[in-house]
Amino acid sequence: MAFLKRTDTGGMPVYLMLMHIKIALTASLLSISGLPALAEQPTATPSPERTRELIHLVRQDCGSCHGLTLRGGLGPALLPENLRNQSPTGLKYTILLGRPGTAMPPWQPFLNEAEAEWIVGQLLNGFPEESP
Amino acid sequence: MILKALRYGWLLAAFWSMLAGAAEPALQGTGDLGIIIERSAGRVAIVDTSRNAILGRVGNLGDLSHASAVFSRDQRYAYLFGRDGGLSKVDLLRKVVEKRIVQSGNSIGGAISQNGRLIAVANYKPGGLKIFAADSLDLLADLPAAYGDGKRSKVVGIADLPGQRFIYSLFDADQIWIADLSDLKAPRVEKFPDIGRAPYDGLVTPDGRYYLAGLFGEDGIAMLDTWQPQAGVQRILANYGRGEQPLPVYKMPHLRGWAVAGHQVYLPAIGRHEVLVADTVNWRETARIPVRGQPVFVIARPDGRQVWVNFAFPNNGFVQIIDTLTRQVIHTLEPGKAVLHLEFTPRGEAVWVSARDDNKVLIYDTARFAKIAELSLENPSGIFFTARAQRIGF
Ligand code: HEC
Repeated sequence: MAFLKRTDTGGMPVYLMLMHIKIALTASLLSISGLPALAEQPTATPSPERTRELIHLVRQDCGSCHGLTLRGGLGPALLPENLRNQSPTGLKYTILLGRPGTAMPPWQPFLNEAEAEWIVGQLLNGFPEESP
Repeated sequence: MILKALRYGWLLAAFWSMLAGAAEPALQGTGDLGIIIERSAGRVAIVDTSRNAILGRVGNLGDLSHASAVFSRDQRYAYLFGRDGGLSKVDLLRKVVEKRIVQSGNSIGGAISQNGRLIAVANYKPGGLKIFAADSLDLLADLPAAYGDGKRSKVVGIADLPGQRFIYSLFDADQIWIADLSDLKAPRVEKFPDIGRAPYDGLVTPDGRYYLAGLFGEDGIAMLDTWQPQAGVQRILANYGRGEQPLPVYKMPHLRGWAVAGHQVYLPAIGRHEVLVADTVNWRETARIPVRGQPVFVIARPDGRQVWVNFAFPNNGFVQIIDTLTRQVIHTLEPGKAVLHLEFTPRGEAVWVSARDDNKVLIYDTARFAKIAELSLENPSGIFFTARAQRIGF
């Protein structure tokens, strides 16, 4: 994977800009091809059923790198105190586009922008437990 | 009179044997037992692979996402490594937690020494290796994975080596280390730097000779011949991606649980939907087998005739079986939602498969690929059978 480079410092502003461009491009490509546009206007909270799915996804599948309790693993902890000082928009694009050069993969094939935004909101408030 | 006494005598004898039966638990071996992690419940189920049954459960084990286990050489105790740094010693016969400590903030797994006396735990935070006495879980040595100016790396890919040694990789420091604990008062650590970017897991071959570390940061596998460490780390299967854009990886593959079949090793590619095959004599690539998704576990049936593969999200509903003669996928199963792990019975006539989101473990006949049984468990993940106690690298 030669494209992978360690980005310890991040270089956030440029990086964010690039992510915006990439997401816009992807969105327009998707709408051209007739698929549901990714960058739909962020809607309110997802439906109760989708909410359950999202909680499950974050706890279980994000949990495989960030820990079931989100206290960290191969990926960093995603508790409110770890994320508070970061821009919610930046975190949203981290989730959608991943962080190239790290193990954080892009989730945009499975999440739309509104859903990613909802996840960030929940992470910042302490992510809900799965109800059995 | 005599008749009467005889009759009562019978009754008495029957009563006596009932009492005796209650006082002495039925004798049982442990070679066909195992544990299954119920990750969200922080609990393990103790299972019997001869009867395909759950014998009981042991709880209060903390955060068991990504938990793994090793076994004492008498196969009675499971040592469980929890994500939250918990190290628990579980008695499979009495079905209790004999001892539990929280030894770090965040751990990834562990290993047991050749003589069965030492338990090594690989920690993410604070990064390093800790060595405990297998009987008491007392701390015997602390070996921080320090590199650069005071940084500490996450430790991954730990395995036991002959001679009370453990081999492991430093994810953040691109190194392989061998800790030698043959003298507990003076542990020695041998370091191999610049092995390639971001090793994410490792394995030793069944003879304990070769250590392979999978690299996340580049195409290729770092290989160390521990019989000739002076030859240094070699790169094998370099450039298996051939410069193509890699596919996203939604779950890190695991190398532990080797897939060495004959003199071929089967390994998950990273960012490719392929299983890579290399010759263990000259370490050249011999085949790449296209599969259903990003492979996670690539495990050989104990006789080496088949290799079973499961996959990362979103292809985690499939399991594929590779025939090692033709090196082709010969069968695809859909055991259930979110297949996390699989484990063969000691000689491989059956395989147990966990389907996390369907809350069940399925048992398949490996000759016919037919389902034999199904057990109900809450979000099952790792499955570990006591036969591991007798294998190097487990
Ligand atoms: C294959 C492993 C992996 C999976 C699965 C994964 N992540 Fe990550 N994630 C990482 C890594 C590694 C980082 C750190 C990247 C870096 O070094 O900047 C990260 C970073 C993040 C960050 C930024 C945290 C910070 O402090 O900067 C967020 C937010 C995040 N992930 C959310 C998620 C969500 C939500 C999911 C599931 C939808 C998810 N991750 C799944 C590996 C993963």
